[in-house]
Amino acid sequence: MNSASTPTRWLDPIRHLGRAGLFLLTAISRMRLTRLQAGETLRQIYFAGVRSLVIIVTGGFFVGLVLTLQTYDTLSRFGAADAVSTVLALSLFRELGPVLTTLLFAGRAGTSITAEIGLMRATEQLDALDLMAIDPMERIVQPRLLAGIVAVPALVLIFNVCAILGGVVFAVFMMGSDPITFWANMQATVELWRDFGHGMLKAVAFGFLASWLAVYFGWTARPTSEGVALATTQTVIATAISVLILDFVLSAFML
Amino acid sequence: MKEAFANSPSITLKRVSIELGGRPILEDFSLEIPAGKVTAVMGPSGAGKTTVMRLITGQLTPDEGEVLVDSERVDQMTSRQLNRLRRNIGVLLQNGALFTDLNCFDNVALPLREHTALPESLIRRLVLLKLQTVGLRGAAEMYPRELSGGMNRRIAMARAMALDPAIILYDEPFAGLDPISLGVSLRLIRDINQAVRTTSVVITHDVGEVARFADYCCIISEGRVVAEGGPETLADSSHELVQQFVNGSPDGPVAFHYPAADLTEEMLTEESGR
Repeated sequence: MNSASTPTRWLDPIRHLGRAGLFLLTAISRMRLTRLQAGETLRQIYFAGVRSLVIIVTGGFFVGLVLTLQTYDTLSRFGAADAVSTVLALSLFRELGPVLTTLLFAGRAGTSITAEIGLMRATEQLDALDLMAIDPMERIVQPRLLAGIVAVPALVLIFNVCAILGGVVFAVFMMGSDPITFWANMQATVELWRDFGHGMLKAVAFGFLASWLAVYFGWTARPTSEGVALATTQTVIATAISVLILDFVLSAFML
Repeated sequence: MKEAFANSPSITLKRVSIELGGRPILEDFSLEIPAGKVTAVMGPSGAGKTTVMRLITGQLTPDEGEVLVDSERVDQMTSRQLNRLRRNIGVLLQNGALFTDLNCFDNVALPLREHTALPESLIRRLVLLKLQTVGLRGAAEMYPRELSGGMNRRIAMARAMALDPAIILYDEPFAGLDPISLGVSLRLIRDINQAVRTTSVVITHDVGEVARFADYCCIISEGRVVAEGGPETLADSSHELVQQFVNGSPDGPVAFHYPAADLTEEMLTEESGR
């Protein structure tokens, strides 16, 4: 046991936070949108966003199914089964859509971004950029950061659509609920800004957070296989914890 | 800082000292790299060869001393000036460091697209010419993962030459190459130097091949230059370390074993501890 390092180990998250903050400031201060940058950002949106579609569509559909199943069962006991679409839509738009999508995004795209940047450091690709007078922050970090901010809200929309479809399948096709009542209740209770808009704001904030943590842990990964493995794990853990904390903070301000 | 060098620039390291991770790497180190020639920088592992390269490119700043490229102080340059300098320096890193998500053509085109406003049609011609020089025009559409290590390094060489730099630095360009790739790389280094009179610095262990490509050589050990001159003068050197290095002897100033306690003593201590 290394007694010297033990007393300060609990400070590690704070140190990481400080370094990650400085890292973000550097990335933003060097932000430059050129034609090449725009092209690279689109490419990263494809890698982070489009390639996450399978997990988002599948995850969304089954979350909608199981959420409707549980809600329908509980509401039926009180004779309020018709309210299932309201509960489904509000939970999805306000909380579950943004949070679950970001967690899935962190597991699929966040880890891949971290591993990619970590391996770029290990194989001297970042050094090569620097030596070619190309700023790695500009070329590698910024497009991935922007891609997360664009991709996550889009994925949240798709997740919500798929989850509602899951809800329709269970409530309407399996339990025989009236489809007109299902859609009318949802339409009557969901407010565009308060429910849907706030959820999308959360999605932008979570997308920013998830991509920031992914690029930060990749950038600071030790250039070894063990270092890259550790960095990807840190990305998932840090994103999960910070998204849940941020969700509570944002919800408290938005309600 | 000038936009480009008028002639091939010389490189000078004057009384440079640098510590990395609390360990002195170079101490009072001086080296003159002549302009327009191929200079081989050699020495045992951990001698500070790569540090020399990183000082020239401005990736490291010395604790003391001066690093000059064409009389300009690299160690005092701002990041903007360093970027201008680096556009005039091509670097071949040890494993090539090609971007694995780009094909060979795009790898070579990257510095041209980033630093010039040339139309895509002209960039295409320039890239194909560079690839032709390294003999891999036919592999333009292939990805680095589809090529051998030696081919990857040749593509990286084409990328290092993309902006027609005045200086090219090669970090261990022959490590792990088969005899054919080695011969090709040697010829390329020589040809590139003769065609455009670049100042070339080759960091290598390959003593046997030095005479085939270098005009000037220096051997570094323990943070200092222990021998320098033409390839033939090194072979004739009476310096103990130079002889050990040239002949590849296990015994000499560079010990085979990392410093440790006496083996018998250590084994007996372990036995009695059980």
